[in-house]
Formats: sequence, C-alpha cells, structure tokens
Amino acid sequence: MKQTASQTVGPYFRIGLIYGEPQNVLVNGETAGEHIMIKGLVLDAEGEPINDAMIEIWQPDARGIFNHPADPLHEQADPHFVGFGRAENRDAGKFFFKTIKPGTRDGAAPYINVRVFARGILIHAVTRIYFADEPANSNDDLLNSIDPARRATLMAQREESDEIPTYRFDIHMQGDNETVFFDP
Amino acid sequence: MTELVRFNSIDWDSQPPYLYPPYASTVARSPSRPLVPMEQSLSELTGPVYGFDDLHPLDNDLTKNSAKDGEAIGERIIVTGRLLDDWGKPIPNALIEVWQANAAGRYMHKVDQHDAPLDRNFHGAGRVLTNKNGEYKFTSIRPGPYPWRNHHNAWRPSHIHFSVIGVNFMQRMVTQMYFPGDPLLPLDPIYNGITDEDARKRLISTFDHDTVSVPEWAIGYRFDIVVCGPRQTPFE
Repeated sequence: MKQTASQTVGPYFRIGLIYGEPQNVLVNGETAGEHIMIKGLVLDAEGEPINDAMIEIWQPDARGIFNHPADPLHEQADPHFVGFGRAENRDAGKFFFKTIKPGTRDGAAPYINVRVFARGILIHAVTRIYFADEPANSNDDLLNSIDPARRATLMAQREESDEIPTYRFDIHMQGDNETVFFDP
Repeated sequence: MTELVRFNSIDWDSQPPYLYPPYASTVARSPSRPLVPMEQSLSELTGPVYGFDDLHPLDNDLTKNSAKDGEAIGERIIVTGRLLDDWGKPIPNALIEVWQANAAGRYMHKVDQHDAPLDRNFHGAGRVLTNKNGEYKFTSIRPGPYPWRNHHNAWRPSHIHFSVIGVNFMQRMVTQMYFPGDPLLPLDPIYNGITDEDARKRLISTFDHDTVSVPEWAIGYRFDIVVCGPRQTPFE
C-alpha cells in the first residue's frame, strides 16, 4: 500500500499535542545518568527564530538502552526514563529539554534522535543531536560520512551554566548554517 | 546482537516537498540541501510505547471532553479508520492525536484571531489508541473552513489534524484529513503541495452512510492512514 502523505502541523498544534505534564522534561529525581539541559532555537533562512515549531526527541537511557521491545536489552532499561520528549518554541523560537546525556553501547558516539515540525514544513525534518565534547564522535560512521564543513551543525555545544550542565543546539532550517537533515 | 529489522524509508513519491512556493511559509523554512541518506539504527527502530492507561475515557469524544455547560456546537461526526503499514498490516496500540477548528472555523488558540465565534464547550483536541485491528474511532463536530492570509482570499478547507506515533520513530508522522466534495480543496496550497494526485486524494475521507453513521446521531467518515512497515515481507 502507498504511504499516507504528510501535512504541516500548522500554527495551532499546541491544542492537540501539548498537554499534561511538561513533555520537555524527560527526567525525574530518580532517573539515572548525567542530567542535562539542551536548549536552542529553530531558525529560518534569514536567521529569524521560528516561534511555532515543535521539536520531538527520542533517546536511550544512561546505559544506552531504549525503553522499547525492539531493544534486546529493554527489560533492563531505566524504569524512570521513557526517552521521548516534545517541546514547542513559543518565546522567540526558544526550546529546551531537561533530559540525560544518552548512554551508548560499545563505545559508540551518543546522540539524540530529533524530529522538527512547524507551520511551513510540509513533512517533518529528521536530524540528530551529537555532543561536541565526546571523543567517540570521531568513530561515528554517519558523522564521518558528512562533509566536515556541515558536521558542526549536528553538534550540541557545552555552555557555561549555573544550573545543570547545559548544551546549546540550534536548528537552522535553511541558510549558510543549514542543519544536516537525514532520510533514514 | 540480533539482526535489526529495518523499515521502509519515506516514499517521497507520495510526499509533499519541503519547498512549495505557493505555500508561502515553506520558502524560508524548507531545507535547501539534499537530505543525507542514513542507515537506520536502533534509535529509528524504537520509539515511545503507549497504553490505554495513558488515555482518559473521554479523550475520543471531542464533543464532550472539554464541555463546560453543554455539548459542542456543530454537525456531529464520527471519524474512524485503520492505521496500516505499507504491507497492509494493522498497527495496534498506536497513539493518534487529533486537533481541529470548531464548527465556525476558529481554533481555541490565542494566535487565531479570525473573527468567528469560539465555542466554550469545544477545545478541539482528542486522543485515541488503535485497537488490535489497527482501528481508531472518535466523535467530533465537523470543523469549519477558515481564512489564513497565505494569498488573497485564502481559505483552508475543513480538516482535522492527525498525529501518529506507531511502533517506532520511523512511523512518526503528522497529516491532515479532509472531507469529500470540499470546493476549497483545489485552491489549497497545503493540500496541493502533495504533487501526486493519488496521494492527495488519499487524504480525503470517505462518507460512510451504512456502517459508520449512526441514525439520529452522527454522520460517519472513514480515513485510513498508511505508514512505513518492515522491509521484509511479514510472515503471518
């Protein structure tokens, strides 16, 4: 059968998709691992913040285990961590997540899977958040397959912060710093 | 490690492009460089899992789930359908989230300043989990069309937004369901952003008089959604 076509989430997705407990907070007091903040902006071709985008993330727990039956180790996943987050950019295009630095298995580079939705985006964009301060990035086949000049667009940069460790990750939909988007 | 069953990629022939200038907001928001092909890892082949405990009993009835002192005003409808993968296999336990304008074409959202009445008994959001046959069903009112300033005299056809979270992140998708015979459809750049005519038409629900409509109660529509499935033929 043919796949159903995507359509934009439009400007009013908050009505249907943002509800309940804050979905951009993935951790509680008992979640294992290094608790971090990821914050950033979603920007358009002119560098203007997009204030009606929605970012979704999916990641494994502190030991690199996904809380999902397709992961052979899922029964050992942290019961205090689902790994799914959803944030809307309301204030001048800003979004943030409170999560943990994802763990990895076999020394692979840690990353977070990202989907971007917005008014003006007819089909979600797929990207990843890697961490600029991870030595394992140099072993990552996907990163190594990308033009070095564009690789930096996938790197969250550690920022000085009085709170928990904070990483900055901006998403450029278009323009000179256009983020690398994937077709998995 | 066990062999990962990878999933079919997005079928771009059925999808709208990122850049579709008649839909003006795509111009500055569309990636301009080719997407980078990527091997699917466990991160694409897993995703959040939902259960019936995550839902409230009225989540599938938009005419009642935000009622303050009455029921939502408008033409009562029942929308049902199946969530399938591209092998035609039903997808159970998927979360479908829907949202829409009210009967007058106004969203319960502060950014929407269209001069049409709000309905205090209609928030316009619902959620439903697909059953073991991949079926979902919800009750609502038919949303009205509304103006959106994309171009002169631009009106969105009546539509319901659908968000789907299937078995993994590969199946994550968002779309809109339209109504048969809507004269605004040929004029709508969001709908027409899908260049393939068959793919466009699959977003139009079908009126179902005999099995979905309920006498003296509601008009029924059917809308099936197809997302990518495993690359191998499922053995069942």
